[in-house]
Amino acid sequence: MTVVDTPAAAPRPARRRWSLPDNGYRAVLAVAAAAVAALAVWFLVSMIVQARPAFSTLGFSWIVQKTWDPTHGRYGLLPFILGTFEVTAIAVVLAVPIGLGTALALAYLVPQRARAGLSTTVELLAAIPSVVYGLWGLIVLAPVFRSTVEPFLTSVLGWTGLFDGPDNGVGLLLAGVILFVMILPTMVAISRDVLAVVPNEQVEGAIALGATRWQVLRKVVVPGARSGLLGAFTLATGRALGETVAVALVIGNSPYIAHSLKSPAATIPSLIVNNFGESTGTELAVLFAAGLVLLVIGIAVNSVARWLVWSAAGSDVGAATR
Amino acid sequence: MTTVADAPVDPTVERRRAVQQAATASLRRRRLGSRVALGLCWACLAVAVVPLVAVVAYVVAKGLPAWNLDFFTHSTTPEGIAGGGVWNAIVGTVVITTIAIAVAVPLGLTVGLFLAESDGRPAAALRFTADVMTGIPSITIGIFGYIAIVRNFGYSGLAGSFAIGFVMLPVIVRAGETAFRGVPRSLNEAAMALGARRVVVPTALPGVITGVLLAIARGLGETAPLLLTILGNEYLQWNPTKPMESLPTLIYSYSQQPFADLVQVAWGAALLLVVVVLILSIGSRVLAGRLRKERR
Repeated sequence: MTVVDTPAAAPRPARRRWSLPDNGYRAVLAVAAAAVAALAVWFLVSMIVQARPAFSTLGFSWIVQKTWDPTHGRYGLLPFILGTFEVTAIAVVLAVPIGLGTALALAYLVPQRARAGLSTTVELLAAIPSVVYGLWGLIVLAPVFRSTVEPFLTSVLGWTGLFDGPDNGVGLLLAGVILFVMILPTMVAISRDVLAVVPNEQVEGAIALGATRWQVLRKVVVPGARSGLLGAFTLATGRALGETVAVALVIGNSPYIAHSLKSPAATIPSLIVNNFGESTGTELAVLFAAGLVLLVIGIAVNSVARWLVWSAAGSDVGAATR
Repeated sequence: MTTVADAPVDPTVERRRAVQQAATASLRRRRLGSRVALGLCWACLAVAVVPLVAVVAYVVAKGLPAWNLDFFTHSTTPEGIAGGGVWNAIVGTVVITTIAIAVAVPLGLTVGLFLAESDGRPAAALRFTADVMTGIPSITIGIFGYIAIVRNFGYSGLAGSFAIGFVMLPVIVRAGETAFRGVPRSLNEAAMALGARRVVVPTALPGVITGVLLAIARGLGETAPLLLTILGNEYLQWNPTKPMESLPTLIYSYSQQPFADLVQVAWGAALLLVVVVLILSIGSRVLAGRLRKERR
């Protein structure tokens, strides 16, 4: 680092006892920064090192195999990868339109006076621990799904084949819905922020051209915030992919590929959390490797999301829900 | 045209009327479309608010009956034995979180200050790393805690603190940077001209406090990292080098129990956690607002 703040010739003011010398101050900052960077590297390296035995004894094919049967040495990860993406897809498909509509309402439709209060409420809900959502899903929502929601969906949409099998309550659908509720605050808070930074001149210009309020939103505001919105959705997707306890509580934890939205399934995080305690040897290494797969997916999704949000609206957007 | 020939029509008037009609029709159509679409936005808002409010309402309704003196002063008991509480989990959560805060807050704020004062590649890379770290799956942080601490020293509250600190660290870094960056450059320069080195810290205080409280709120609710690091403990344990219980892991395990009394305890613990997290989140906002006002 280069120190440029004090010309060498200038008389230095008397040092107060409590203040570090300038060079020392900078050194402390740099050391702390290096420590955090080292921690991140340590994290990544130790994950890779611990996962390696799985790859060296089993190769790579187990990642796409279908059978999870540790007692017979079968470690197919495919059901869990599919489960992770299916649950996330359900959550995102619900959250994108509803989150966007909510963000538009919060940014442009709700009267000024109510705006701050409603926005704060939504942000506060992002702070509620995920295990609480899981508890609510398992105890309150699962019986409702079993007795009402799933029979209804089966009778209406049964012809699609997506709702075959018994009504379990717990399963892919419930996990997706719980995740939807959980990622909604994140999605809404960030979307609202990026929608609000669309230049006012453009909005006023559109109004002057005779656009209706919806046309302003549809043709000016949303396209103007496009990459930021994409970032918000990607960020929420990342959160959904990595969610562990809420999903583990409501997904039913079945190591088979789900053939219906009502089937119990499992995700990579739920696999890890459910099997970690009893695993040793190869199985433990496989769980580490599954964690590594999840980490790589998580880092990739988050990098893309951050880049999109940053390039759209600066790096401080969505600070309230981090 | 098949208009009556004996009344010649001015083509300009004709055209104007046609345009007017078309415009009115278009406006009517667009207004209707606008009304429908905006209505859908309002409906989305309603759909978003209902489940979120329902969660809070249920936690209060189901959790409050679990609260009594024993709940806060006694440790957990097996199913069917009355008089149990969550004291051991409260102690565990407080000890684990306190240690995590003690390390993550000073370190995170220092790095935040570093990022606020530096530009260039390394700082940008670190900023990006911190942002990506806020979003990585927390279960992988649990695995890291297991590899780094549990493998070497066994299950313990400290291993949990390590993992929770790791979760909080990037949040504090970025919140700290945002707060320190918000200090006006002119103020900084004026102070330096007067002989002080930095005035960043007091001016940034509201932002710092908000960020730290939010990070604590986040750390308190993290469950997955603790499931892999602290093992759980049905007895009261103050010593962080030993396995401990915590509120989130207790909620996780008790909610899966077939016994109504244990599920009841889970609801009570969930209410406690939600109340604390909401107090921290709301408090941070109120405090930040007040400090900001005072400064003006």
